[in-house]
Amino acid sequence: MDNLNPSPDLRVNIGRLELANPVMTASGTFGYGREFSSFVDLDRIGAIVVKGISLEPRAGNPPPRVVETPCGMLNAIGLENVGVEQFLVRKLPFLQQIKCKVLVNILGDSVEEYVALARHLSGHQGIDGLEINISCPNVKKGGVAFGTSPEMAAAVTAAVKAATDLPVIVKLSPNVTDIVTMAKAVEDGGADGISLINTLIGMAIDATTRRPRLGNIIGGLSGPAIKPVALRMVWQVASNVRIPVIGIGGIGTTEDAIEFLLAGASAVQVGTANFYAPSAADTIRQGLADYLSDQPEESLGELIGSLIIEDGS
Amino acid sequence: MSKFQVTSPIRSCSQLTPDIIRVSLLAPTIARAARPGQFVMVAAGSSRDPLLRRPFSIHNVTADGEVVLLYKIVGQGTRLLAQLRVGQSIDLVGPLGKGFSLSPDTPACLVGGGMGIAPLLFLAKALCSSPRPQEHAILLGARTRDELAPLVEDFRELGYPVHAATDDGSYGHHGFVTELFQEHSTPAHEVCVCGPTPLMAAIARQCLQAGNRCQASLETHMACGLGACLGCTIQAQGGGYKHVCKHGPVFDANEVLWTI
Repeated sequence: MDNLNPSPDLRVNIGRLELANPVMTASGTFGYGREFSSFVDLDRIGAIVVKGISLEPRAGNPPPRVVETPCGMLNAIGLENVGVEQFLVRKLPFLQQIKCKVLVNILGDSVEEYVALARHLSGHQGIDGLEINISCPNVKKGGVAFGTSPEMAAAVTAAVKAATDLPVIVKLSPNVTDIVTMAKAVEDGGADGISLINTLIGMAIDATTRRPRLGNIIGGLSGPAIKPVALRMVWQVASNVRIPVIGIGGIGTTEDAIEFLLAGASAVQVGTANFYAPSAADTIRQGLADYLSDQPEESLGELIGSLIIEDGS
Repeated sequence: MSKFQVTSPIRSCSQLTPDIIRVSLLAPTIARAARPGQFVMVAAGSSRDPLLRRPFSIHNVTADGEVVLLYKIVGQGTRLLAQLRVGQSIDLVGPLGKGFSLSPDTPACLVGGGMGIAPLLFLAKALCSSPRPQEHAILLGARTRDELAPLVEDFRELGYPVHAATDDGSYGHHGFVTELFQEHSTPAHEVCVCGPTPLMAAIARQCLQAGNRCQASLETHMACGLGACLGCTIQAQGGGYKHVCKHGPVFDANEVLWTI
């Protein structure tokens, strides 16, 4: 049988950001792109979200920093990064040579730090957008994470928006009671899009040594284990906001990506899968093209949010 | 530096003891690019549990494109790996990391303990072409004869005299390989050590005192092996951290903060 749709249109828009396809790589799982250039044609990825950047370099947490759990892993890297100056000098030149869009994930201890980062990162060729990591403690507000307070999340979003012309995505933490309240807050703050979920806070203990398995005691759970939680939150958020949603959480196959698109995500980020399958992002992009070629939809956009929920069941 | 992801058929497989396995995999691109001390990330299957690849040092490579791995069954991942048979495939990513660096005309002393012996065979083979191979010293230790004797034979086949030590005295010197080191190393030796951390720390300390240059091949938990996850951290001498997959796995022993 002939394909219904031999050359499907995979383009999606996240606000003003136009992606050639909806497959992105998640911050902290793809380095600064170059680390994966032996395994993936970076020009074919929708967008790379680079490792979270702070104003000053950060050394990160003491080891052990990663531990495997059933169908997942915990990490407590501690936001190790080279700092914004070194990023611009040492990492950006490579990213300027590739065709795919580049988003820079930013993190700070205060609204002022986020604003300063947004200013530093604006106006450079090769940086197409910012993703705000709000899972960090606000040092000035007693260490409460930006990501657990709707007021603080909205404030940091609005401040970053005011400081840059770049599209601004806000990456939500799932470690809240009501994800929709958080999503609406950052939408009201002016976010161009929402990405979710960041990792779920977890813990692993070695029963033999009676010690925590992570140097930081607790860490972020990622991988296939968290996919159902992520799908639920993406569906709830996409059903309640008007801005585009980017799904993250345990995506490792084409089918995973389709599930998130059906739930309402306009794009997806491949995270932990990059670790065990370094070409996963390109495999999923190809898989989406193959899938769509057998479907009545002509463009991927028509798939977004097309989850069928039967009435009266 | 070239890195590859290769679905690699198992060419041969042998069980040295009930829980020590040697497996040869056909992976010509990796075999050609590999240098002694580098490693590969190994996927036991396509199952998502266990989720992550396992880092294995490259034990040897052959002229016809095989990558040889030596491992001990210690957990879920290695248990699954050990169930695979000739003809089935293992997915490899590699070669990764920074290997040993030796000047060809300097005599080397290779010190291996347990599974840490694995990368030293590849290194010893590379050293066969040095001008005076008889000046190299090979010191190997393990718990028992069963674990050590087959590995010692591999080094002897390359033409090296080997000094062996076992914890239980069933083969060679009764005691630790560190005691062999005191006896057989000379100030001229460049030392390459791989094994349990206490062994590497002890050798590093002795080298520092005696003025030997020492390289140690380290092992940590690792998620990607590619420098992306930043999970494989060790504490560096002088503060800060280094990543085993990128700055290592072979470090100058003076770069490492030995905490044992």
